Amino acid sequence: MVTSVTSLGRSGLSDWLLQRVSACIMTLYVLFMVGYLMLNPGLQFADWQSLHASLPMRMFSLMTVLSLAAHSWIGMWCVFTDYVTVRLIGPKATVVRIFFQLMMIAATLLYTIWAIDILWGI
Amino acid sequence: MLTVSIYRYNPEVDDEPYMQDFEVDTQGKDFMVLDVLEKLKVEDPTLVYRRSCREGVCGSDGMNMSGKNGLACITPISQAVKNNKLIIRPLPGLPVIRDLVIDMGQFYAQYEKIQPYMINNSPAPAIERLQSQEERAKLDGLYECILCACCSTACPSFWWNPDKFIGPSGLLQAYRFLADSRDTATEERLAKLDDPFSVFRCHGIMNCVQVCPKGLNPTRAIGHIRNMLIRSAT
Repeated sequence: MVTSVTSLGRSGLSDWLLQRVSACIMTLYVLFMVGYLMLNPGLQFADWQSLHASLPMRMFSLMTVLSLAAHSWIGMWCVFTDYVTVRLIGPKATVVRIFFQLMMIAATLLYTIWAIDILWGI
Repeated sequence: MLTVSIYRYNPEVDDEPYMQDFEVDTQGKDFMVLDVLEKLKVEDPTLVYRRSCREGVCGSDGMNMSGKNGLACITPISQAVKNNKLIIRPLPGLPVIRDLVIDMGQFYAQYEKIQPYMINNSPAPAIERLQSQEERAKLDGLYECILCACCSTACPSFWWNPDKFIGPSGLLQAYRFLADSRDTATEERLAKLDDPFSVFRCHGIMNCVQVCPKGLNPTRAIGHIRNMLIRSAT
């Protein structure tokens, strides 16, 4: 089978593993955030800022952003290759699919860079 | 009287498929769906479907009965009838040749891809290649597949990509040879399954397990293949 040039890892196993690992990281982040907010009911802006200004928290947030980017890339790639196919919508499908895939990749990269800018701008 | 609604399509006559209703007197008996079709075949000889052994061994009469794939010969009407109506359609996702008969070419093409035969180039022993009881036990739940296509045609991933995703049936058979201690082509077989479609288009929704008339578990076999790929690639 021809290797896909728009999938994230170029291999099914790589994408599969990445999707599981990224899901674990995002789950940990959500649990941490929920726990932090529950344990700090009277949270002030200064506390919130100092939390996110610390290097470990920045690293954790960055890992979560990268996980979200990878997870959504793999997921959206699956959706496009399931539903935007010649079999389902006819011969124009290849052009339409490439367009959507490139838009998705561009949006993912854009949001990731934007998120890094926000994280390091705190 | 039981109302039986059957998918009809003869490409030589019909512009498009339609559902035809029949009334069948079941005499209060719990016939198999195939028995009902046989009765209707006498009434209307133009009705076409596949059948052979009529006891769940050959896998010929896979069809969709009131929304669920299965073998007509071992599905009692009590299981398939809803609101006193039995709706019979061909297995979904593959081209219809006529009435309940589908073109299974794509299904067999995927089966062929996994090389469903023993590969062992070492010199054959005088009598046979021996297995321990434990090695043989690994093939239980795999070799029983009769290739009826009920599982693969119940799988949305196979509907969307029947040319790329091997499908639950083919993958169950792939694992049957990967798990066989006498087969020596494990790495070559695994190398052909690493792409994003062949195995990894399975999202584990387990429709295949729900419909398998032999009670097999393709999802578990796919999980074993993934584990083998991980062991091999990390």
